[in-house]
Amino acid sequence: MTLAPVLVLAALLFSLGVYGLLARRNAVLVLLAIELMLNAVNINLVAFEAMLQDSLATGQVFAIFVITVAAAEVGIGLAIVLLIFRNRATANVDEFSLMKW
Amino acid sequence: MSLSDWLSEPTNWVFLVVGLGVAGSAFRVVTSKNVVHAALYLVATLGGTAVLFLLLSAEFVAWVLVLVYIGAVIVLFLFGIMITRAPIGYDASLDNNRRGIAAVVSGALFLLMSWAAIDFFGSEPLQGIGEGTSTELLGESILGRFVFPFEIVSFVLLAALIGGITVARKDATPAESEEGV
Repeated sequence: MTLAPVLVLAALLFSLGVYGLLARRNAVLVLLAIELMLNAVNINLVAFEAMLQDSLATGQVFAIFVITVAAAEVGIGLAIVLLIFRNRATANVDEFSLMKW
Repeated sequence: MSLSDWLSEPTNWVFLVVGLGVAGSAFRVVTSKNVVHAALYLVATLGGTAVLFLLLSAEFVAWVLVLVYIGAVIVLFLFGIMITRAPIGYDASLDNNRRGIAAVVSGALFLLMSWAAIDFFGSEPLQGIGEGTSTELLGESILGRFVFPFEIVSFVLLAALIGGITVARKDATPAESEEGV
């Protein structure tokens, strides 16, 4: 098994995440797309770890860190979406134009 | 290396099946017209990723992914969908009208990244497939060399927890806070 197919799969997941981030209107679905992109990064870290066979398992350690930060990000993101929904009664990102000029 | 050589290796077959499943369900995550279905397709994507991690000899990370993502994050997403009263069921207005530009940008990004991956790492072999990394090594690494980032991450998680509660809770009105409620 070689490294390149795994990297291409991770690139595909990242690009689908970028597509979802740009094309979705609902804020919860935008957060789902961000999860796809973070997942692609995790695949890259674990794949490079399998290639390098580092004695400290650095790639896997940082994949765990990315998973932790992603969990924190989802918590904060959903709290913000919830607050905006409570104030504006909508979860569509194109209607949150308050800070746009 | 020819295609028949590539297919003669059994781990490549596993990768092909899992990779196609992951790619297909990830595609459905960003195109599904049903919010709950999108979240459930993300479960399929993450489950496939966990199988891929098992294949790449990262057992501990695979089970952390299953526990944290499929166990906790997806439940949080389903709560978020229900609390924001997102339209459950078919809804055509989940996408904005710039899907064409988004497809061009993400397609170009995919071509660039996969060209770079194939050009630089085209024939790098993966070692130790299916052998596994010992959790002992991982634990010694996290609590030894990487103990400082580990503590930082735990602090970030605590700050996110407190911040999430602070942001999402209902503030008392001025009258209520004067009464000391």
